[in-house]
Amino acid sequence: MEQAPPDPERQLQPAPLEPLGSPDAGLGAAVGKEAEGAGEESSGVDTVFVVVVVLFTFVQMTHNNFWLKKIEISVSEAEKRTGRNAMNMQETYTAYLIETRSVEHTDGQSVLTDSLWRRYSEFELLRSYLLVYYPHIVVPPLPEKRAEFVWHKLSADNMDPDFVERRRIGLENFLLRIASHPILCRDKIFYLFLTQEGNWKETVNETGFQLKADSRLKALNATFRVKNPDKRFTDLKHYSDELQSVISHLLRVRARVADRLYGVYKVHGNYGRVFSEWSAIEKEMGDGLQSAGHHMDVYASSIDDILEDEEHYADQLKEYLFYAEALRAVCRKHELMQYDLEMAAQDLASKKQQCEELVTGTVRTFSLKGMTTKLFGQETPEQREARIKVLEEQINEGEQQLKSKNLEGREFVKNAWADIERFKEQKNRDLKEALISYAVMQISMCKKGIQVWTNAKECFSKM
Amino acid sequence: MEGERRASQAPSSGLPAGGANGESPGGGAPFPGSSGSSALLQAEVLDLDEDEDDLEVFSKDASLMDMNSFSPMMPTSPLSMINQIKFEDEPDLKDLFITVDEPESHVTTIETFITYRIITKTSRGEFDSSEFEVRRRYQDFLWLKGKLEEAHPTLIIPPLPEKFIVKGMVERFNDDFIETRRKALHKFLNRIADHPTLTFNEDFKIFLTAQAWELSSHKKQGPGLLSRMGQTVRAVASSMRGVKNRPEEFMEMNNFIELFSQKINLIDKISQRIYKEEREYFDEMKEYGPIHILWSASEEDLVDTLKDVASCIDRCCKATEKRMSGLSEALLPVVHEYVLYSEMLMLPEEIGKLEDKVECANNALKADWERWKQNMQNDIKLAFTDMAEENIHYYEQCLATWESFLTSQTNLHLEEASEDKP
Repeated sequence: MEQAPPDPERQLQPAPLEPLGSPDAGLGAAVGKEAEGAGEESSGVDTVFVVVVVLFTFVQMTHNNFWLKKIEISVSEAEKRTGRNAMNMQETYTAYLIETRSVEHTDGQSVLTDSLWRRYSEFELLRSYLLVYYPHIVVPPLPEKRAEFVWHKLSADNMDPDFVERRRIGLENFLLRIASHPILCRDKIFYLFLTQEGNWKETVNETGFQLKADSRLKALNATFRVKNPDKRFTDLKHYSDELQSVISHLLRVRARVADRLYGVYKVHGNYGRVFSEWSAIEKEMGDGLQSAGHHMDVYASSIDDILEDEEHYADQLKEYLFYAEALRAVCRKHELMQYDLEMAAQDLASKKQQCEELVTGTVRTFSLKGMTTKLFGQETPEQREARIKVLEEQINEGEQQLKSKNLEGREFVKNAWADIERFKEQKNRDLKEALISYAVMQISMCKKGIQVWTNAKECFSKM
Repeated sequence: MEGERRASQAPSSGLPAGGANGESPGGGAPFPGSSGSSALLQAEVLDLDEDEDDLEVFSKDASLMDMNSFSPMMPTSPLSMINQIKFEDEPDLKDLFITVDEPESHVTTIETFITYRIITKTSRGEFDSSEFEVRRRYQDFLWLKGKLEEAHPTLIIPPLPEKFIVKGMVERFNDDFIETRRKALHKFLNRIADHPTLTFNEDFKIFLTAQAWELSSHKKQGPGLLSRMGQTVRAVASSMRGVKNRPEEFMEMNNFIELFSQKINLIDKISQRIYKEEREYFDEMKEYGPIHILWSASEEDLVDTLKDVASCIDRCCKATEKRMSGLSEALLPVVHEYVLYSEMLMLPEEIGKLEDKVECANNALKADWERWKQNMQNDIKLAFTDMAEENIHYYEQCLATWESFLTSQTNLHLEEASEDKP
C-alpha cells in the first residue's frame, strides 16, 4: 500500500548555531530520480515494494551560506538474506535498501546519490547512539521489534511478508523523522548511516558512545530520590505513562474488534456457497439466489482490504506508544542530572562544614579523624593546616563543578523543553490526522457495505 | 367460511382451494400487544460448535459451485401459476387475528411450567364473541397439533418449536428460550389461522376460546376409533410402499424436499453463526468507544476530537445492536421454522402423504403442497430482503455518523485556519 502524499508541513527550522550534539556535516545529498522499484533480483525470498517517496526541505548552514536542498529518503526494498552471525552460526535476516536522492531546486530533477542496505540491528545502533549524544531530545522511536497486538490473521513471525512490509514503512518513517528534526538531521553519524555502507558500525563504536552512556539509565527500576524535582518533568513523566497505558489498551481492543469484524464478514461468504447450490433446484428463485450469492461473496472478501488499511492506522498509534518511552527517557536523564547535582551540592556543603569546624576548632560533625585524634592525641597545628588546605582546594573544585553542573542542568532543561514543545505540536497534528484517517476508513467501509447489500436486496426482491 | 365454500366448489370448477384464498403469505402480522423487542437468541440454545464442520469461516473457498446432477426442475403446472397470480392480486381478507404473549411461570408441587396468553380477535359469526383471552401451555399446543394431524391427515400441518433443547441448556426456562418459543408459537397459530382449511377446525376454535377447565374436559375425549384405525392403516400402508413404481412427479417432489432440507439446514446454521459473530463484535465494540474518552482526559488539545470519535463509535455500536435484533426478529425465526417443516416433511409418513397427493391427483390436496411451496418462497424472499434492508440501514447510520464527524473536523480546521490569519 502506498503512503499518503508528502507532507509539506514537514519543514525543518534552521538548526541553532551551536548544536549540542555532534557538529557539522549536514546532508549534502545528491539528487536521484525515482527508482523503478520492482524487478530487482535478490537471493532467496524476495519482497519488493513500490518505491515510496517523501519530499521535505531542510536548510543547511555552511559558512553563513544558505541554500535550499530537497532531499528524499526512502526505504524502498526489503530482502531476505542469510549470513553468519558473531558466533559464526548461520542466521536469516531481512535487509532494507535505503535510497537517498536530492532534488535540485532549479530544475526539479532528482538524482540518486546514495543507496545502501541496512538491517534492523543497525537502525537500533543508530538510535542508541542518538540517545546518548542527544539526551535532551525526544528521539524518534523504531517500529516494533516483534509483532504485537496481533489479531488472529496476522502472523507474529518476523519473516512474514506483511510484517516486513509494515516494518519497511516504519523504518522509512523513522529516518524521515530524524531528517526533519532541526538538530538531529545535522548529525554526522546519521549522515554516514545514509551514505557509508561499509565500516559504519566501526565508526559509530569509535565514538565511544557506549562508554559515555550512563549505565544507571539502564537500570530501569532504580529510583533516585530527588529532593527538589522539577514539576514540569514530573508531570511529563506521568503524561508519558498515561499515554503508553491508554494507547496499549486501545490497540488491544482494536485488535479484538478487528478479529470479530473479520468473523462477521467471512461467515456471510457461506451464504454464497449455499445459495449457489440451492439455486440449482429452485426454478423461480434460482436466478435471484445465484446473484445474491455472488454479492455475499463480494461482501465476505471485502474485509481483507478494509482491515489492511486499519493496520496502518494501528501503526500510526504504535509510533506514539513508543514515543512515550522516548519521553520517559528524557525525564529520566533529567532526574539523574538533578540527582547528581543534589549529591554534589550535599557533598560540597558537608566539606564546607568540616572545614569550618577545623578552622574554628569546634567539632560538631562526627569524623573518623576527630575520633582518632581523641583516642591517639591531638594532631599538630601543621597537620591541621594541611587538612584545611586540602579541604579548601576540594571546596573550590566542588564549587566550580557545582557551578558548571548547574549551568549544564539549566541548558538541558531549556533545550529539552524546546524539543518537548516541538514534539507536542507534532503529536497533536499527527494524532488528529490519524483519527481523521480512521473516520475516512470507516466511511469507505460503510459505502462498500451499502453498495453490496443494496445489490443483494435487489437480487432477493427479484426472487 | 370462504375456504369452505371454495373447497366445496373445487371438484366442479377445478379451481384450487388453497391458493385462491386471500391470505397473506407469511402468516400473522405483528401486533402492538405482543412483546419481543429486544429478546435475543442465545447461541447456547442451539449448540453450534459440534455441527459446524461444513461452515467455512476463515478460508476463501474458490470452488463454490456444486451443481446437482439430476433434473432439478419441476414442471410449472397451470395450477401453481394460478396460485401465484392469486397471491399477488387479492387483498388481505383476514378475519381472525391471534397474538401470543406474556409468558408466565407457574409453580405447583409437582412441576413448574410456563403459560402463554393468547388473544383472539375475530369477526366470524361462528365465534360467540369478537374477542377472547386464554392461557395455554406447551402441552396444549402439542395436543392441538395432534388433533389437526388426525383430522387432516393429508394436509401439511405447521411445525411446533422444539420440545426442549438438551444440549447446552443451563436452565430449562431461561428468558431467551422462552422468547424464542413464544415467537414460534405465535407463528404456529397464525399459520393455522391462515390456512384455508385448518382455520375452520373445531379443535382450533376450542383451543382459542375455551377456558382452562373446558379445554381439559374436551381433551379427555380421546381420538375417535375411526381416526385411530386410519392411523394404523396409514402406518401399514407406508411400510408396504417399498419398491413401487413411483410417478416422476412424486420423485421430483421428493428430491426437492431432500435438497430443500439440506439447504435450509445450512442456511439456519449460517444465520445462527452470523448472529453469534455479530454479538461478539458488539461486545468488543462496547469497550472500544470509552477508551477514547479515557484518552481525552490526558490530551488537552485533542479532547474534542477524541470525544467525538468515542461518540461515533458508540452510535455505531447501537446500530449494530439494532441490526442484531432485526436478524433475530425477521430472519432467524423464519429460517428455523422451515427447518422444522423440512424435518417433518422428510418423515416417511409425510412422504407417504405426498405420494397420496400425487396419486390421488386430487387438486385440493395437491394445492396444499403448492400453497406451502409458495409460502415458503415468499417467506424466504421476505426474510432475506429484510436482512438486506437491516444491513443497508446499519451502514447508512454508521456512514452518517462518521461523515458528520469528518465535516465537523474540517469546519474546525477552517475556523482555526482563519483565526490564525492576522
